[in-house]
Amino acid sequence: MQTEHLIRVDTFCVSHNIDFDFISSLHEMGLIEVVNDEEAKFIHDEELRKLEQIVRLHYDLAINAEGIEAIFHLLHRIEESEKEINSLRNRLGMYEVK
Amino acid sequence: MDFIDYYEVLGIKKNATEEEIKKAYRKLARKLHPDLNPNDKDAHKKFQRINEANEVLSDPEKRKKYDQYGKDWQHAEQFEKARQSGSHGHQGGGQGGFSGDFEGTDFSDFFESMFGGGGKRSSQTKFRGQDYNSELQLGLLDAYTTHQRTLTINGKNVRITIPAGIENGQVIKLKGYGGEGINGGPNGDLFIKFLIAPDLRYRRAGNDLYVTQEIDFYMAVLGDDIVIETPGGKIKLKVKPETQNGAITRLKEKGFPVYKQDGKFGDLFITYSIRIPTNLTEKQKDLFRQLKEISTITS
Repeated sequence: MQTEHLIRVDTFCVSHNIDFDFISSLHEMGLIEVVNDEEAKFIHDEELRKLEQIVRLHYDLAINAEGIEAIFHLLHRIEESEKEINSLRNRLGMYEVK
Repeated sequence: MDFIDYYEVLGIKKNATEEEIKKAYRKLARKLHPDLNPNDKDAHKKFQRINEANEVLSDPEKRKKYDQYGKDWQHAEQFEKARQSGSHGHQGGGQGGFSGDFEGTDFSDFFESMFGGGGKRSSQTKFRGQDYNSELQLGLLDAYTTHQRTLTINGKNVRITIPAGIENGQVIKLKGYGGEGINGGPNGDLFIKFLIAPDLRYRRAGNDLYVTQEIDFYMAVLGDDIVIETPGGKIKLKVKPETQNGAITRLKEKGFPVYKQDGKFGDLFITYSIRIPTNLTEKQKDLFRQLKEISTITS
């Protein structure tokens, strides 16, 4: 049986001093996954990094949810491009050795 | 320790209003924020400077002190002592430097010297600890097998398993091995970037390996069996008669292991390099001449 590590959304909101609705709007936009339970809502601990990043972008830089979505899309593209550059660089290196 | 011109850092005039400071800071923060510039150390450094400039200039008390002393900041401490012997001044909290998953609150020696340690936003907010980045150098053949290594990260020994097939420049994340969480938050993560040094014998392209194998002239002409060293062990091969210089043989699934796919391998490409005999005896030369004559007749 696989164990899931979940964090209560309300605990996260209190801890970061943010509004519960903000998390809901992120969930509605598909930016984060929220797990519904009979008692409460949860996020996967794997999503904590991303959610904290979103909180910083929103509260520190006043970027709205749409802007954050665009940023994540572009960051993902940058990450993919960097991987491709790395792979191509490694292939190129093959011809430079010797 | 050098004087830092915080007005220059934010690109504003000395008489800038609070609103102008805030605007300039926001504009630069949006450009240099670590979340928007992952893996860009230069941007992180610049971000720390603008964060520090904002911490000083957005706080009226700190700005006053900074403006008053400017380049004579080294005397500020004496001023403070003299002033505090009269009455205690208000310690401004600043307008919020950023905090969280980066080193945004790491202030310069200049700042520490003038305003004392920490200009951090004081709150009980729980944050993940700082992520650590580390680099690990491996030889190409080290990356061929799954093995364990012990790293020392901030004085702690961390034993990690390096899966076979890891690529040069690849980064793996070790959850929870970063800095301790802030105010009871979870620990940060450890990111290890692997730097794989080029190998003298093998060249790697993805999961394929390339090797140049020397064979002598007679083997190339007449063909023979040959034993070749590969990272996976010795392999016996048949060199075909009349093999040309630069001819390539492909050995399926004898290349590099595919990352995290047990039992899967790339291919091994062997390029033959033919060694021409040297220091020939007169007899050998004569035989070659005869061979040449026959070859001219037959071709």
